[in-house]
Amino acid sequence: MSDHDYRPKSKVGQWFNDRLPLLTLANHLTDYPTPKNLNYWWTFGGILTFCLITQIITGLTLAMHYIAHADMAFESVEHIMRDVNYGWLIRYIHANGASMFFLAVYIHIFRSLFYGSYKAPREIIWIIGIIIYLLMMAAAFMGYVLPWGQMSFWGATVITNLFSAIPLVGEGIVTWLWGGYSVDNPTLTRFFTLHYLIPFLILGLVVLHIWALHVPGNNNPVGIDIKKPSKDTVPFHPYIVIKDGFALLMFMIVFAFFVFYAPNILGHADNYIEANPMVTPAHIVPEWYLLPFYAILRSVPDKLLGVVAMLSAILILAVLPWLDTSKIRSAVFRPLYRQFYWILVADVLILGYVGAMPAEGLYLLIARVATAYYFLHFLVILPVLGFKEKTLPMPLSITEPVLGGSPNLAAARNKESKIE
Amino acid sequence: MKNLFKLFSIIIIITSSNSYTFAAEKVEYLKTDWSFKGVFGKFDRASLQRGYQVYTEVCASCHSMKYLSYRNLAEQGGPEFSEAQAKAIAASFEVTDGPNSDGEMFTRPGKLSDKFVMPYDNVKAAQAANGGAYPPDMSVLVKARGGGVDYIYSLLQGYEEAPSGISLDDGVYYNKYMYGNKIRMAAPLSEGLVEYGDGTNATVEQMSKDVTTFLMWSAEPHLEARHQMGFKAIVYLIILTILVYFSMKKIWSRIESEV
Amino acid sequence: MSEKKTKRRDFLFTATTAVGAVGAAAVVWPMIDQMNPDASVKALASTEVDVSSVNPGNTITVLWRGKPVFIRRRTKEEIDEARKVKMEDLIHPEKDEDRAKNPEWLVMLGVCTHLGCVPLNDKGDYNGWFCPCHGSHYDTSGRIRKGPAPLNMEVPKYEFVNANTIKIG
Repeated sequence: MSDHDYRPKSKVGQWFNDRLPLLTLANHLTDYPTPKNLNYWWTFGGILTFCLITQIITGLTLAMHYIAHADMAFESVEHIMRDVNYGWLIRYIHANGASMFFLAVYIHIFRSLFYGSYKAPREIIWIIGIIIYLLMMAAAFMGYVLPWGQMSFWGATVITNLFSAIPLVGEGIVTWLWGGYSVDNPTLTRFFTLHYLIPFLILGLVVLHIWALHVPGNNNPVGIDIKKPSKDTVPFHPYIVIKDGFALLMFMIVFAFFVFYAPNILGHADNYIEANPMVTPAHIVPEWYLLPFYAILRSVPDKLLGVVAMLSAILILAVLPWLDTSKIRSAVFRPLYRQFYWILVADVLILGYVGAMPAEGLYLLIARVATAYYFLHFLVILPVLGFKEKTLPMPLSITEPVLGGSPNLAAARNKESKIE
Repeated sequence: MKNLFKLFSIIIIITSSNSYTFAAEKVEYLKTDWSFKGVFGKFDRASLQRGYQVYTEVCASCHSMKYLSYRNLAEQGGPEFSEAQAKAIAASFEVTDGPNSDGEMFTRPGKLSDKFVMPYDNVKAAQAANGGAYPPDMSVLVKARGGGVDYIYSLLQGYEEAPSGISLDDGVYYNKYMYGNKIRMAAPLSEGLVEYGDGTNATVEQMSKDVTTFLMWSAEPHLEARHQMGFKAIVYLIILTILVYFSMKKIWSRIESEV
Repeated sequence: MSEKKTKRRDFLFTATTAVGAVGAAAVVWPMIDQMNPDASVKALASTEVDVSSVNPGNTITVLWRGKPVFIRRRTKEEIDEARKVKMEDLIHPEKDEDRAKNPEWLVMLGVCTHLGCVPLNDKGDYNGWFCPCHGSHYDTSGRIRKGPAPLNMEVPKYEFVNANTIKIG
């Protein structure tokens, strides 16, 4: 970090900055040296910030009209959709925004997995990211309960019942979560409160996430440390700002397509039926972004172990920096890891697919194999690979492959050319 | 570009895997050309008005539409009855209001601000009158069924003699598009059941199409505004994306020339 | 040559910023407009009141658009008092004839024009209304005579549907 001492030019600026160094912070953010070889997979951090802010603003405006009461929630959502000025637009942005948020976060996570961004010295960034991801899931789940449709109600019933798997205290915890003997009005009002709170917790964690990022600086596609900041980096503004902006706009086009032309395609039809505690819908399915974990849950034929497996599948990510024993960050220089990486991607997509299918026959078998492989990847393949894998030769600095100086950098250069 | 392609393929995988539930018991629904589909899709006003007629004369005796108000009938993007017509429609219904200064409920002719009058006071009354089956509220029915408009359109025309081997209880009918094929609603439409004011021939197919169009509007009253705004938004985003792209090229050319 | 190039670059950046700003403004509007009265609120514009049981010298208060509306059946003396007042003596000059088309009936929003409290009946120095919040006095025509309120109490749009029914709004 080349944090040269910044001093505001104006007298007023100096007076203010001496008391509260906001201008120093702004200067740090704009001048923040960013590796110049970042590709478009790195733009998803900015996109995620956009998603969070969009969700907070649309959420606040929806909360002005929504009524968190079991008798009125469904009706108030219809009121928003029909009568509130632009209510339909705001709700569709919020509902599809959740999906867009997860789409972006999965790309962000898998980018990190590919380029080894979770490795030293960035473990804390990674762990904060996992906490954010967990909170996102909690917020999304509780948000889905609020319209009080059939999927809301039965999703809430099924997910809260996961806690009943805990020995001895499980039943008590579930009753406590519900505030009654079933999912009902007390459950709805507390879910609304927490759904309102969590985004601000996420916002706070995002600040920490970025703070922790700005200590070592960004990882980059080559995965080596910055040697000469003057040659290897560009200031965040305007170079990265404009690039992130361009990627964000592309993302927004996809987002807009969903909001305006397929606003309900990612949702479930049953959620337009008001909650009915006496009838369970034919298929209970969580939102698509939770499906892989849902598949893991269902693949274990024991209640407690199923819940443990599902939670472990997420928590295992938190210890990933220590499970991956390879010193090399980027998969560009790890030919074997690269193969296993794509197998993992396929594995997670398969889990997502079978998570949406009935838990029977061939689907169940596939879910079990895929679950086993998921854990195998993290618990066996990654640790072993670090010792066994023969990695490719690394370039000396990130500008070198750009310059094309050394013949054994072909792999790096190939990867580089994909940026354009 | 390659990245973009990957992104799109991921989205396609996700969306296609999500729409599985509808595929699970896939039946080929009857197809018709819906005017409201597509980027510029709009409702066919005449069809909406006829659909409203089918709803009030046929469906409304059992099915409520509790989220709609009479004023909606005159709103832009809907059936667009004139304000006077909508007022007359509202006034033709008896609405319970009150309590008055004596503390009693009374009935009066409907106003534009009133919600559609419900056929039954509550769910229990509806069930009691329909042999235990609750005729669902139709306000958002199209969005509450996996097959959407095609499903409703097909269901209305899907009544058949039960194939041999399937026994039906009293008050249960065979419908080839219904989930499980057994439905508690008798075939609601028959040739010439309503008399259209505009002279359209009231075939079962025509009435099904009209009432389904009406139900699509009732579930998505702002569909036209959404389509129009969406087109503008996406055109705008594309223009801005192009501008930002060239700005980005300019800015990055500074360092690329340095290297 | 290079100057031309700079100009084109500047134009590109200006255009990009301008187009971006237009979009941002367009996005802000729905977020603001959602707080305006919604379609269901706007539809509840009118209310009908049966006034057959109101005796002279009495006031009833009904709710219209969430605000109290005073409907007073005035006595002969009150009407005379209201009509005698000279325009010069008024803070907000309005003829009683314009405020009460049918002199027997005074219909007005029961909201003090100072800061929105509900004034009390048959109180104050002018035999009309008195606002307890900050001491505004209104006369028998609901006109401000003394105190901080700047305007007379507002007369809403209303009409007699028949001899006994007033439709407000």
